[in-house]
Amino acid sequence: MTLLSMRGIGKSFLGVPVLSGIDLDATAGEVHAVVGENGAGKSTLMKILAGVHVPDRGTIEIDGAPVAFGHPLDAQRAGVAIIYQEFNLLPERTVADNVFLGREPRRRGLVDRAAMEEETRRLLGELGESSFGPRDLVRRLSVAQRQVVEIAKALSIDARIIVMDEPTASLAEHEVELLYALVGRLRRRGMAVLYISHRLREVFDLAQRVTVLKDGARVTTVPTAEVGPAELVRLMVGRELHDYFPPRAAPGDIGEVKLSVRGGGNRKLRDIDLELRAGEITGLAGLQGSGRTELAKALFGAEPFTVGSMTPYRPRSVRQGVAAGIGLVTEDRKGEGLALRQSVRDNALLVTRSRARRGHGAGVKSLLEEVRLSPADPEREVRYLSGGNQQKVVLAKWMTVAPAVLLLDEPTRGVDVGAKAAIHDLIRRLAKDGMSILMISSELPELIGMSDRVLVMRDGRIAGALPGGSSEEAIMSVAAGQGAPA
Amino acid sequence: MKRTIPILVVLAALLAAMAVVNPFFLEPAGFLAFVKRAAPLVILAAGQYFVIVSGEFDLSVGSLVTVEVVVAARLIDGQESATWWVLLLLVAIGALVGLVNGLVTTLLSVPSFITTLGMLLILSGAVFLWTGGAPRGALSQAFRVFGRGDLGPVPWSVVILVVVAAAAVLLMRADFGKRLMATGDNDRAAALSGVRVARTRILAFVLSGLAAAVAGILLGGFAGVSAQVGQGLEFSAITAVVLGGVVLGGGRGSVVAAMAGAFSLEALFALLNLYGISGPLEYTVQGVIIIAAVAAGAAQFPSRLRAST
Ligand SMILES: Nc1ncnc2c1ncn2[C@@H]1O[C@H](COP(=O)(O)OP(=O)(O)OP(=O)(O)O)[C@@H](O)[C@H]1O
Ligand SMILES: [Mg+2]
Repeated sequence: MTLLSMRGIGKSFLGVPVLSGIDLDATAGEVHAVVGENGAGKSTLMKILAGVHVPDRGTIEIDGAPVAFGHPLDAQRAGVAIIYQEFNLLPERTVADNVFLGREPRRRGLVDRAAMEEETRRLLGELGESSFGPRDLVRRLSVAQRQVVEIAKALSIDARIIVMDEPTASLAEHEVELLYALVGRLRRRGMAVLYISHRLREVFDLAQRVTVLKDGARVTTVPTAEVGPAELVRLMVGRELHDYFPPRAAPGDIGEVKLSVRGGGNRKLRDIDLELRAGEITGLAGLQGSGRTELAKALFGAEPFTVGSMTPYRPRSVRQGVAAGIGLVTEDRKGEGLALRQSVRDNALLVTRSRARRGHGAGVKSLLEEVRLSPADPEREVRYLSGGNQQKVVLAKWMTVAPAVLLLDEPTRGVDVGAKAAIHDLIRRLAKDGMSILMISSELPELIGMSDRVLVMRDGRIAGALPGGSSEEAIMSVAAGQGAPA
Repeated sequence: MKRTIPILVVLAALLAAMAVVNPFFLEPAGFLAFVKRAAPLVILAAGQYFVIVSGEFDLSVGSLVTVEVVVAARLIDGQESATWWVLLLLVAIGALVGLVNGLVTTLLSVPSFITTLGMLLILSGAVFLWTGGAPRGALSQAFRVFGRGDLGPVPWSVVILVVVAAAAVLLMRADFGKRLMATGDNDRAAALSGVRVARTRILAFVLSGLAAAVAGILLGGFAGVSAQVGQGLEFSAITAVVLGGVVLGGGRGSVVAAMAGAFSLEALFALLNLYGISGPLEYTVQGVIIIAAVAAGAAQFPSRLRAST
């Protein structure tokens, strides 16, 4: 039974067509994946469904009845919920507050907290969630738990269509499992789930059908059982794509120690011993909250070590870190990586321009091509780029200054398959040219494929070191604390 | 650049209206007289722009202008020979007040709204204490030249305005301008890119203080010495910047547009004057403009939120 039917959807921004003639439908109990390159128009299409953008053309029907949304609330009332990659939760309020934000149940004019918490508890129970409760502050929850809150919110408005825009981009591997289970529950409730992801594995694990967008047009819609991963990639990118990683460093490629830490520690880290060498890519694995990002920030000088020694330099501030030739590609591109209202060029050159002595910034244009920015227009404001393309700008920003040590925290988050392969090649090339690289990635296949060796963190310490090419299981068992190889 | 166009259209319309009402305005002398009258506010708007685009406010510039004029009159007291060192001192006072505003705002984390409001009160009080309400002394001829004299056919204040405007535009094109914009847009991202965020903002306040010093020097000669000379100028400057489409909160808008906003405001005042409406009503007009301009900016806000995922 067709629950949702979008027909001939078209949309232009400032005269530039972004979507044209898109058809998309979904039936009750279906997970329908939407895939495509960065900037293909996936998020825009979903925002149209959620009432954020008004389409220039086309119709939307829900349960056979035409609908037109002028405002996100209209879409909510029609049973559409959307979970953005960047959450819309209020960190200082409780889970129950967030679930009922703007729709608080009232009794005699006052907010009925008891009813609110009771209902939230019921929804969390329905989602099989027991690790937190209605009274917990959202600030204290992990990303995965926040996602559960978002989904509870969707259930509370009686949504029948749920859009998830790159829901796993900020999740650790084991949290992805939890999301799978949740999506399964939603399906069984007869909801339709529209699922956007750049991780093909998820598309095949979860979805019954997949729609491929390219340059704002629909390429095809097919049952996932009838295509293979390679075929799907070809549909998305328009050409064959190798699915292997660039070769690891040979022993001779690895040079002198660029950065070494002995007994480093601060509020969140303890007993850090670490050596980063020229030409080597060191992978940093660990669960959410194990201290990976904190370690990168300590090395960079943003949250410096308070104890221990670090040679040859010990940055006590970001400026010292930058001056010492350390770069950090942050995992939080909106909060920490980009000045959204500035142009691509101004963002890419910001590090160069903050240095007292500047070698002239490497050609921005060629860099943007190297990271596969699309459109490769340096004058465009960053906020108008799609998510994956914004990520590429964060990368380009550090490429302009070619640091000696580059710390990459989830460098390919939200980046499409084609660009991802290009970025992997680029990272390996930088290492080959003598850069020392520390790479964090929640996507274990990527981490394993790229790293010459893998350090695993747990509870703010380095719990183990594994050689390149170790299995996911080996890494996970150290990360979870079951037996630690030295 | 695109965002500069609306205010240029507004300005062109206002100038055309002035020309219709008063044809003298079309003659070089008439036009230059208008620019001369507008120069102090345009310079103040340029200074205020730096602060606003970095994400802050400077409410102290009006009383700073008064301080500059009152101090100049008292110290010069009619002696031509004192002119030059007093000019230097005035510039130093402007820079110092800006520096204090900047240091308190960044290092002590006092919101600039409060810091500069405090500075406004402190400076007003100081002027009152020092003059007892009626400023003493007199400016020298050499000092007055800047506000009312000419360099050949062109008023001195127009020459100074051109220099200040060119400097402001160049500054915004230089690395400093880019760092300032990034700081106002997302100071965390700027800091993590190695930008000295605090120092950048302090510099913006210093520039605003310097602009007030220059505006004070021009106004002293143009309008004469009084304890009210700078009254309300902070609001006029902020109104002008906002009218130029510069976004409160920082990171967006051009200095050319801010200065065009100041010209537009002056043109509007001049028009109102021609129709015999003036004085207190100017405040009302400014109030309406500032609310309308910010509301117009806010009307685009949802699309800004929607921009990306
Ligand atoms: N508000 C806007 N104004 C102008 N252009 C926009 C706006 N929002 C999106 N675009 C453009 O529309 C195109 C599609 O963007 P969209 O965010 O839908 O891509 P996407 O498929 O979600 O990509 P990604 O995989 O990177 O998230 C991009 O070229 C983007 O630059
Ligand atoms: Mg997107």
